[in-house]
Amino acid sequence: MAIEVRIPTILRNYTGGEKQVEANGTSLASLIDDLDAKHPGIKGRLVTDDGSLHRFVNVYVNDEDVRFTGALDTGLSDGDEVTILPAVAGG
Amino acid sequence: MLTLDRAVRDAIVAHARRDHPDEACGIVAGPIGSDRAERLVEMTNAARSMTQYEFEPAEQLRVYREMDDRDEEAVVVYHSHTATEAYPSRTDVRYASQPGAHYVLVSTREPAETEFRSYRIVDGVVTEEEVRVCESVGGEA
Repeated sequence: MAIEVRIPTILRNYTGGEKQVEANGTSLASLIDDLDAKHPGIKGRLVTDDGSLHRFVNVYVNDEDVRFTGALDTGLSDGDEVTILPAVAGG
Repeated sequence: MLTLDRAVRDAIVAHARRDHPDEACGIVAGPIGSDRAERLVEMTNAARSMTQYEFEPAEQLRVYREMDDRDEEAVVVYHSHTATEAYPSRTDVRYASQPGAHYVLVSTREPAETEFRSYRIVDGVVTEEEVRVCESVGGEA
């Protein structure tokens, strides 16, 4: 199973500069674990200590914001594309 | 230093004035690595607030995908403050995760005058930079 993951500029130091990497997982949570196994440290930028998705990132599976599809429980299939973007916000 | 077309600068100010008293937000895209802020994209403030802004995630995906297709990046990320000075707040700094971008702050707190300032925000450190407004920026014969 191969899932394309698009990496935002700010996280490319974990992927050796690559803007797109491959990872495996049947859920977003397991995909992130696999990403972290291949690119150590990246999980800490995506998932908080209490196990939820960081509010500083937006994660999409194909075109859908995973906050609407079960967040880290979002199911993944072969050929899905996961995109990570920095959340842009402030006050 | 941020170098900007007058037309782009004026469009950012107009956007901020139009959305006042809500905060306005958007980006100016340019070719990757060029540092040329050429293509303004107003973004919806999903927070619709007088004191907060956030890009709407679905809209952000469309805009960032389009930039990717065009080999562009967000050269400027801008938003407005409607009652405070044009300086990044603590929240602005915490969320700033595009270290290559110029963070433009506009303040519409005064009706007669708009403050327009630009900053680099890298690893939580804010550095103000000069804004140079040109009649036209590169790319034209």
